[in-house]
Amino acid sequence: MITRQDVEHVARLARLHLSDDEKERMRVQLDAILAYIDKLTALDIEGVEPTSHAVPLLNVMRDDEPAPSMPQGDALANAPDRAGEFFRVPRIIED
Amino acid sequence: MPTALTALTIHELTERYRRGDVKPSDVADAYLSRIERLDGDVGAYLAVTHDRARAAARAADERYRAGRPLGPLDGAPVSIKDVFCTRGVPTTCGSKILEGFVPPYDATVVARLEAAGAVMLGKTNMDEFAMGSSTEHSAYKLTRNPWDLSRVPGGSSGGSAAAVAGELGLAALGTDTGGSIRQPGAFCGVVGLKPTYGRVSRYGVIAFASSLDHPGPLTRDVRDCALVLRAIAGVDPHDATSVDEPVPDYAALLDQGVRGLRLGVPREYFAEGLDPEIERAVRAAIERLRDLGATLEDVSLPTTDYGLAVYYIVAPAEASSNLARYDGVKYGLRAPGGKDLIDMESRTRAAGFGAEVKRRIMLGTYALSAGYYDAYYGRAQKVRTLVKRDFEAAFARVDLLLAPTTPSVAFKHGEKEDPLAMYLNDVYTVGGDLAGLPAISVRCGFSSNGLPIGLQIIGRPFDEARVLRTAYSYEQATDWLARRPELA
Amino acid sequence: MTIFQTVIGLEVHAQLLTRSKMFCGCATTFGAAPNTQTCPVCQGMPGVLPVVNRRAIEFAVRTALAFDCRINAACRFARKHYYYPDMPKNFQISQYEEPLAEEGHLDIELADGTPRTIGIQRLHLEEDVGKLVHEGTLETAQASLVDFNRAGMPLMETVSKPDIRSPEEASAYLRAFRAVLVYLGVCDGNMEEGSLRCDANVSIRPRGTAELGTKVEIKNLNSFRNVQRALEYEVKRQADALSRGERIVQETRLWDADRGHTRSMRSKEYAHDYRYFPEPDLTPLALDARWIDEIRASLPELPRARRRRFVSQYQLPAYDADQLTQSRALAEYFEAAVTAGASPKATANWTMSELLREIAADDEDAIRRSPVSPANLAGLLRLMDEGTISGKIAKDVFGKMVQTGDTAQAIVEREGLTQVADAGAIRAIVDDVIARNPKAVADFKNGNAKAAGALVGQVMKATQGKANPALANQLVQEKLTKM
Ligand SMILES: [Zn+2]
Repeated sequence: MITRQDVEHVARLARLHLSDDEKERMRVQLDAILAYIDKLTALDIEGVEPTSHAVPLLNVMRDDEPAPSMPQGDALANAPDRAGEFFRVPRIIED
Repeated sequence: MPTALTALTIHELTERYRRGDVKPSDVADAYLSRIERLDGDVGAYLAVTHDRARAAARAADERYRAGRPLGPLDGAPVSIKDVFCTRGVPTTCGSKILEGFVPPYDATVVARLEAAGAVMLGKTNMDEFAMGSSTEHSAYKLTRNPWDLSRVPGGSSGGSAAAVAGELGLAALGTDTGGSIRQPGAFCGVVGLKPTYGRVSRYGVIAFASSLDHPGPLTRDVRDCALVLRAIAGVDPHDATSVDEPVPDYAALLDQGVRGLRLGVPREYFAEGLDPEIERAVRAAIERLRDLGATLEDVSLPTTDYGLAVYYIVAPAEASSNLARYDGVKYGLRAPGGKDLIDMESRTRAAGFGAEVKRRIMLGTYALSAGYYDAYYGRAQKVRTLVKRDFEAAFARVDLLLAPTTPSVAFKHGEKEDPLAMYLNDVYTVGGDLAGLPAISVRCGFSSNGLPIGLQIIGRPFDEARVLRTAYSYEQATDWLARRPELA
Repeated sequence: MTIFQTVIGLEVHAQLLTRSKMFCGCATTFGAAPNTQTCPVCQGMPGVLPVVNRRAIEFAVRTALAFDCRINAACRFARKHYYYPDMPKNFQISQYEEPLAEEGHLDIELADGTPRTIGIQRLHLEEDVGKLVHEGTLETAQASLVDFNRAGMPLMETVSKPDIRSPEEASAYLRAFRAVLVYLGVCDGNMEEGSLRCDANVSIRPRGTAELGTKVEIKNLNSFRNVQRALEYEVKRQADALSRGERIVQETRLWDADRGHTRSMRSKEYAHDYRYFPEPDLTPLALDARWIDEIRASLPELPRARRRRFVSQYQLPAYDADQLTQSRALAEYFEAAVTAGASPKATANWTMSELLREIAADDEDAIRRSPVSPANLAGLLRLMDEGTISGKIAKDVFGKMVQTGDTAQAIVEREGLTQVADAGAIRAIVDDVIARNPKAVADFKNGNAKAAGALVGQVMKATQGKANPALANQLVQEKLTKM
């Protein structure tokens, strides 16, 4: 069972502001989805290797060759807020 | 005249371009004016790139005039799902959080299509961050199914499928993470191919679930699909998960027929929940392929029933990570009034993401969080191995698998409110994504209310050639493509 | 009063000397204008994918081999999630359960010569974050500014085992660690520019107990001196607290070098939950054994081995060997001069006193580009050895070699500095000096042997130092005894 506290904890990890209504709706829906997902516990996975890529590849690397960077104007073009040559963010208070 | 032009396939058009009967600009104009006229009803596009299209078409005109076209896609109009980054063209991924974002670079596949002479008409609508099966989760607009405007086009590549079906586009790019090319392909009655994982570069494709995202084409017919696939496939140095396998000339291999091919029919794909009309149509298609010389075999994929559960852990977990970057710092939306950084970020994400995206971010974050990793993500990755083994066992006996693409035909807008009910749409498609297999959906009939039905053909890794050739044999042996949706 | 034992483990982050970043092609040059060394990949734009820089892997392998680590048969990158605006994707590509290498060690020597072996727990690669500039201090700033130039630079993290027993040992470990990295050519070791960064885990426990005390993480130890000062402060702080019967809180503290203390960083409401999972955009690495062997074969001799060899092969005092192996370039300079024919001891003296007066021992580039090449230093020492110039003149010549880059021979010839070794010419000067210094001669006759030295000095002065001192001495002695 997912609790309200679980929802709040996960929302904080995910940096999502949720209203009280959203929290309750989220709790109910996540609970239903997780109940569905619980069917996986019926399978025996003892000794089974996890698959993280459907097509297994190894050792894909690139040579250490520098490529041109973006001009500063392009780098900052999408910034919601900027100050001169920098991206600007509101004051930082640790959580 | 414009209607006639937009009814032609790529291979029919380029034939005429070469003969000089018609030129790319005429075709681009025909599409742009048809979009102008009809896309208000369909809602396939988020943005139409008139100027870029006209300039590209004029350049193609010149090449044909000089007798030096670039290849089989030169002058072919294409529509690009808004999940693909396009340099200088706003790219939103169907989300408010990317409102105003203009990528400084092109996705590899977009660059490859344009290098092949394709003419980009615009960016198509989609479920936000490709999360959905109806395109109803777009933050911007509703897309309607050209066969019945009261119904969804499927999703998440619903805009691309609707454009191709409604002759508002000729070929389109989509992405398939749980079925998002094949399912809208089936709902809109167009060809939708999900290639093997690694066959087509993901660079520039806005990530939903990295280990499951497959870019691929949606087209009018199988030959066009083969042509587009060849243009976009192949290893990309910018995508470490793209595979360095030779890319065959798929179109040249279409005519080989199906004689001697062993086709497997997985019994779990014809289970409870499948619309009887779809079952009849798909079984008839399977019989047709046998008539054409293939042999049929009953096969079993025992973990089919677990695929969705695996998918709904793996995809949200990866998504929760991929979507962490949307924080109002570098690009896109920043919600006003944040009293400090965390407040700004939390409000931006609350305002910028829709309900379905939030749900999956929450689900994925939960599945990866301390104490739950092994129970959810870890377990899902192991069951994914079992799903893959099922397919490997089946492909030890048969060359291809045949199945329905979807359990139902296109549903009405607003019909699936419950998230789980919506998720069940992907039941026949997620397996192919989890195992990374090439799979196509082609039209194989119509329901009694006139909606298209999709036949799914699944192949071994990198065996797109056989998938396409089987689909082509079927398409050639039937006349389903003769029927076209009536718009306006 | 309880006697405490100190237990320290160090985490060192080293920026690798690759030409391009860890996962994209942006250049790694230090000091570029803000946000001019970024691309869609290192800015974490939608749709981008990372690709591993092979040289970064090579550098990590090289380092791991130098520390005798086990290179894991397979390693993998993982995503580490936390939100911070200097980290574009809000996750860092790092390594978690499957690091590149584990279980090595670094042998160090304390100031008094005591040898110690410090275990190395793991070595892995990750990407660096950007830089934040606060408008004011972090606490009072209304806004912060972000520069992503550093985001995506290759970082190698090396975690020691908790084998370090004192702040001095920690400092010695870091020095030895840095020397190895610089020797290997994988990091420039510049702590001021942040190429090498150090965090420490410190705890204390009553001597004789096996159980570890509560550990405190200290951040911002960005010089050798600060490592020692911060740890000394922290060990004392913990000992005082325990002696007062307080408990140590597990926390992260920041070293404030200006105020000379550590202070608690705001304690977290809940522990970090990094939600690691394997990076799906990268393939696992199973490094080719042949490649690893090639890297092993190309490893340079490391400082400690070289120091020992300098003592045994060149009969240098331990102090000299230590000084000369401070950097790879300096050691190579010394050996090149010896190979060019100079005597080891003279070369060591001249390198330590004269060369290092001009160039810092750890400025590898400057040493390699020294205007006095090793061969030229050998040439200078040869002129001295042969008696062509005196030691005093040689020092002046060295100064001129630094300014001009010319050989000693050329300078000596051009400036007529050749030592006068013609007995006839010197004898005339000796006669003259003796004639003009009757008092010194009388002193000598009265048994003051030192008076002869003064006369030799006069001869040298009269020849502007060019007289062969031995010959001048001999002639003065001859003349005086004959008188
Ligand atoms: Zn970059």
